[in-house]
Amino acid sequence: MKYVDEFRDPDLAKATLAEIRRTATRPWVLMEICGGQTHSIMRYGIDQLLPEEVELVHGPGCPVCVTPLEQIDKALEIASRPGVIFASYGDMLRVPGSGKDLFAVRAAGGDVRVVYSPLDAVQLAQQYPQREVVFFAIGFETTAPANAMAVEQARTLGLENFSVLVSHARVPPAMHAILSSPECRVQGFLAAGHVCAVMGYWEYKPVADQYRVPIVVTGFEPTDILQGVLMTVRQLEEGRADVENAYARAVVHEGNVSAQQLIDRVFMVCERKWRGIGNIPSSGWCLRPEYSKYDAELRFAVEQIASQESQVCVSGQILQGLMRPTDCPAFGSQCTPEAPLGATMVSSEGACAAYYRYGDARTVAASMVGEV
Amino acid sequence: MKRQASESATIQELVCPIPLQPNEQIVLGHGSGGRLMHRLIEGLFLPAFDNPVLRAGNDAGRVAIGNDTPMAVSTDSHVVWPLFFPGGDIGRLAVCGTVNDVSMLGADPRYLTASFILEEGVQTDLLRKVVESMQAAAAEAGVDIIAGDTKVVEKGKADGLYITTSGFGPILPGSEIGGNKAQPGDRVILSGTVGDHGIAVLSARGELGFTAQVRSDVAPLNQLVRAMLAASDGIHVLRDPTRGGLATSLNEIARASQVGIVLEEGSIPVRPAVQSACEMLGFDPLYVANEGKLIAIVEEQHTEIVMEAMRGERYGEESTIIGAVTDEPPGRVLMKTLIGSHRVVDELSGEMLPRIC
Repeated sequence: MKYVDEFRDPDLAKATLAEIRRTATRPWVLMEICGGQTHSIMRYGIDQLLPEEVELVHGPGCPVCVTPLEQIDKALEIASRPGVIFASYGDMLRVPGSGKDLFAVRAAGGDVRVVYSPLDAVQLAQQYPQREVVFFAIGFETTAPANAMAVEQARTLGLENFSVLVSHARVPPAMHAILSSPECRVQGFLAAGHVCAVMGYWEYKPVADQYRVPIVVTGFEPTDILQGVLMTVRQLEEGRADVENAYARAVVHEGNVSAQQLIDRVFMVCERKWRGIGNIPSSGWCLRPEYSKYDAELRFAVEQIASQESQVCVSGQILQGLMRPTDCPAFGSQCTPEAPLGATMVSSEGACAAYYRYGDARTVAASMVGEV
Repeated sequence: MKRQASESATIQELVCPIPLQPNEQIVLGHGSGGRLMHRLIEGLFLPAFDNPVLRAGNDAGRVAIGNDTPMAVSTDSHVVWPLFFPGGDIGRLAVCGTVNDVSMLGADPRYLTASFILEEGVQTDLLRKVVESMQAAAAEAGVDIIAGDTKVVEKGKADGLYITTSGFGPILPGSEIGGNKAQPGDRVILSGTVGDHGIAVLSARGELGFTAQVRSDVAPLNQLVRAMLAASDGIHVLRDPTRGGLATSLNEIARASQVGIVLEEGSIPVRPAVQSACEMLGFDPLYVANEGKLIAIVEEQHTEIVMEAMRGERYGEESTIIGAVTDEPPGRVLMKTLIGSHRVVDELSGEMLPRIC
């Protein structure tokens, strides 16, 4: 398949790996921000092939994983109300709230629908004027423009029955939080390519300067990730801490300016809670006051819901790269994709789900006779 | 890892079935052919109906009455939506689904029965089209539909129409085929591309915002199986990878036979349009349903002759070797990636695509 196969080319991957081996002379800890990258790493077994000097730890860039439990419980509450059509990206349906998930709400008679775009939810609101349509607007900078567009469109169309339950997160403040933690081991970052396609990478220069960490904008295919690793390791070995772009086919320095303007029109920066991590200042987007009529929390009066996390789940440490999924005593026994204790096991981008689905590659590979 | 122990258990070992949570309700994932469905079978159906034929865990049951030729019997319900999709419709699917399930036990399906659940208000013309399509598929497969039943439910109590078919036929002489017969050293053959049916149906639902130029592969495979069995007695397992896709079927085989299966990433054929649709939707073609493909696990020295027989058949022209059976790790499927690493290929866990068959 064009534009994909080139970036899965085994020869190119092997050549880049050889270059990484030549370059790395000391141990380095790199964090890939994005859950999509974590899955690529597991799926292609990239971590098995890297030299032992290079350790990858998995970052908090899974929107489903970091959505706080309160927001899930609010979603469950709203979706259970009669007359509501609750529209969501598919991944959110399996995320457990305090007692159940959206699948269970649907099985009990709630009208929960999977949509592929927030604009489909706007269409539902037009189609069913007598019903309340609520869209679960989650995600990082990547989904924010489309979600902002949906709210704008609802306003243009004069829809009175459309609202959004917002749980938007921003990457740079999360990097600040990780880097300022005293336990932080991360020495370099692979920045999330898709986030940077929207936002550009001008926001990362202050982070790189303040903490003296190299940041390389990285894509999602195996050769993209290897290229990102190589460029980060090269900077570390040379003692540099610059922001570089290894994903130039999708990302420019300024990003997508009209998308940024659209976000800015509808959303404003606010503090938000990250599941498993806690409150991070300026790390979220919420609706601007002039759009508050589209705020589902206000419309359904669910702002007061507070929730209790599972005592066993260590997803907070996993999302900060402090623990690996296999370090968790519940991994694979009490906690599986069918009965997840935490969101990192649910989402297709969650680190625990990636380890469960693709196996702890080193363990499995070690069981292969003479083939590693 | 703890989960390996529980996952490598065979159905036979689960004499004390995992109880379902008492307040658990059925969710769509229970019908997706993956792990949730297996839990339902092992935790609820099997303890209730327990008998050696069912416990064998194949898509068809093998039975013999007295000294008669052993027969394979299977049944399959069809609730696909939309009823018509590129490459097929619910009628063709209902015939092929059961013909294929019977064939995968190395049997020659002869007769089918068909039950219809119709929703009040369905157009008779539409039903006629479905029935004509069933008859065309039955004629192609060389089977007769010999009994049936019709029920009508109130509007809103069903989605147009549902069809259940059952089928049976004699097990071909000399064939000893079952999901638990794979042996280390065997080769894994796939009869063509994966993911065509699931993507064709999903695209026909019109919810994607794009249309994939993909036709369902729905087809009767009994002639292909006959040709394979005529060519070789070294076929150990046959399985049609329907719901849950290739990955889930291979996991079932690995678990039932207590062997490992190692696939070569580049060797699994996927049509470019299916690949593109999967890339866009975040699906893995290994988990997308097929309705006209089979996996054959074959003794190594019979591989060539079986492949030759398959390639001579209409529905086996694109047959290819995709991997091998190993000792280790028992009950697991691994993929050797293009860049030389290994990863686990797990079975489908819950719902992926709604109502595709």
